[in-house]
Amino acid sequence: MTRSREIGRAGWGWTAFAGIIALIYFFPVMWIIMTAFKTRPDALAVPPKFFFTPTLDNFVGVFFRAVISGGGAAQATEFPLYFFNSIFIAGVSCLLALIIGTIAAYGFSRYPLKGNETYMFIILTTRMMPAIVVVIPIFLMFREIGLSGTYAGIIFLYTAFNLPFTIWMVRSFFDELNTEIEDAARMDGATERQLFFGICLPQVKAGLAATFVFGLILTWNEFLFALLLTGVDTRTVPVAMARTLGGEMGVDYGLLAAIVTLFLIPIFFVTFLLQNQLLRGVTFGTVRK
Amino acid sequence: MATIDIKDVTKVYPNGFKAVERINLSVGQGEVMCLLGPSGCGKTTTLRMVAGLEDITEGECQIGGRRVNDLLARERNVAMAFQFYALYPSLTVAENLKFPLHAEGRSHTEMDAKVRQVAKTLQLESVLGRKPAQLSEGEKQRVAVGRSIIRDPECFLFDEPLSRLDVTLREQMRGEIKEVLSGLSKATVIVTHDQLEALTMADRIAVMRAGIIEQVATPHDIFAKPANLFVAGFIGTPQMNLIPASFTGMDGGHGGFALPGGQKILVQVDPAVSRLAPGTEITLGIRPRNLEIMPEPVPDGLTLQVDIVEPMGAETLAHLSDGAQSMRVVCDWRVPIDEGDRLHVRFQPGYVHVFGPDEQAVRS
Repeated sequence: MTRSREIGRAGWGWTAFAGIIALIYFFPVMWIIMTAFKTRPDALAVPPKFFFTPTLDNFVGVFFRAVISGGGAAQATEFPLYFFNSIFIAGVSCLLALIIGTIAAYGFSRYPLKGNETYMFIILTTRMMPAIVVVIPIFLMFREIGLSGTYAGIIFLYTAFNLPFTIWMVRSFFDELNTEIEDAARMDGATERQLFFGICLPQVKAGLAATFVFGLILTWNEFLFALLLTGVDTRTVPVAMARTLGGEMGVDYGLLAAIVTLFLIPIFFVTFLLQNQLLRGVTFGTVRK
Repeated sequence: MATIDIKDVTKVYPNGFKAVERINLSVGQGEVMCLLGPSGCGKTTTLRMVAGLEDITEGECQIGGRRVNDLLARERNVAMAFQFYALYPSLTVAENLKFPLHAEGRSHTEMDAKVRQVAKTLQLESVLGRKPAQLSEGEKQRVAVGRSIIRDPECFLFDEPLSRLDVTLREQMRGEIKEVLSGLSKATVIVTHDQLEALTMADRIAVMRAGIIEQVATPHDIFAKPANLFVAGFIGTPQMNLIPASFTGMDGGHGGFALPGGQKILVQVDPAVSRLAPGTEITLGIRPRNLEIMPEPVPDGLTLQVDIVEPMGAETLAHLSDGAQSMRVVCDWRVPIDEGDRLHVRFQPGYVHVFGPDEQAVRS
């Protein structure tokens, strides 16, 4: 009797099937990227064009505004600043959340309070209501104390938003560790500080990377709070992107697609760099050491 | 003096569970003490209390004559090898071995020399640059041992050191650990649930059950003179035959016993048995290897039917019964035994244990 399928191998058929599914999922992203390289007539063509002469005009348009009247030099747009803002705000707030969250998670995991789980639950409840509910009070508070429109304000806010998720996730990584190793280090003369930095942290490295990336993706794409709480100088890319919609020219899809494409690059790059860590991080503890 | 003294130590966990109750144990310099018992008997808790990883609820623990109850683990100068090796996954073998030395503030050349010396003793030289994940089980075990002997601690603690190794490796490591320990002359405590490990490695064994030490004695005495029913049943494979019986009186140096099925037996017993009142319900204990197969019924034996025969290589284990009680007998593999046979077994004189109604051995 011949076996219908070799154990441990999916074969070409299934690989092709998975490829098609992947293509369907990736299609919108691919379409956006393609649009970024199209001229305005190509972008608006009906039926949609799959084959066209690519142009880089849209990307140039992101950074330089063509001056319509007179033949003067092209004017630089504010987009370099917006990209810097996005990277700076998301990076700093995720890093802050990771540092504070890791310390908190270690505490929750290793030095449980009385009613430890209740504290953990309360931390989670802060993320239970929809953002839209708290946006007005937060906006008023921020305006009152002068944080509105500042880097500090939006960074604090994002840090606070990322913290519950970071604490929960990192705590689960610490909980998974074999405490025998810490006992061994204690016997070998390590102080509690050495235990944390020298023994525990290196073991959850992958988990920390995964947590950082997830936090980064959430923060990177955040729109609502960024819209209300950032000013002209601290505006992030999603907000700036929204502002390109409308106007007397209608929606410039090519330009929008070019911004989105550029916007994808940093997050794609970070995720790609950390992908091994990410995989190990999310599967942490599911494979016994 | 590298000694360990445990005095009236009790451990109660916050949830009220009493893991260890008023145990006393003293381990002399150069002595290897095995804590042996079924899982959950409190042996690991005891070890962790000595190590300083677990608070002592009541009583006192002394290491080298110094009270250590209130000292942190790192202040006790005790080395411990853990059941799952507890190697630092992010450090190489050499760094793992070196780790305990950092706390002692030695120079780098001194540390490196120490690492090389220990690596040589334990044949780890070729793997010094590897991470724990790249080691075999046996190598991990040796690194764990190496890390505990690299310092000069007051005493050694081993938690189930061989439980994760396969049979051949276990035999080999048992010898190696014993050899390493004998060269160090420190007080050593080994926790194990494997009696073979305890019997081969220990100078003395403490058998524990439910937080209490049942008996402390040399491996030979634990085996030959179990103090009570639990120790008798726990030590030795196959398990000792424990037969409930009723004492009928002494006849010369022999004790007479009536068994539930109606059979009577007259066997040589300890003189202390004569102090029992006739009619006392006792338990007779005899190891399967101390039963002799006889051609004829004998007064100091029983007649039973063979239920199951289990060949064990050099020996054969036979399960016997007569309806009222069942017994096991081990005999040479060449003795022909078939299921359904009727067998006359004799209790070899000097090997019969009598346990009184309080489950303690009746012995002078």
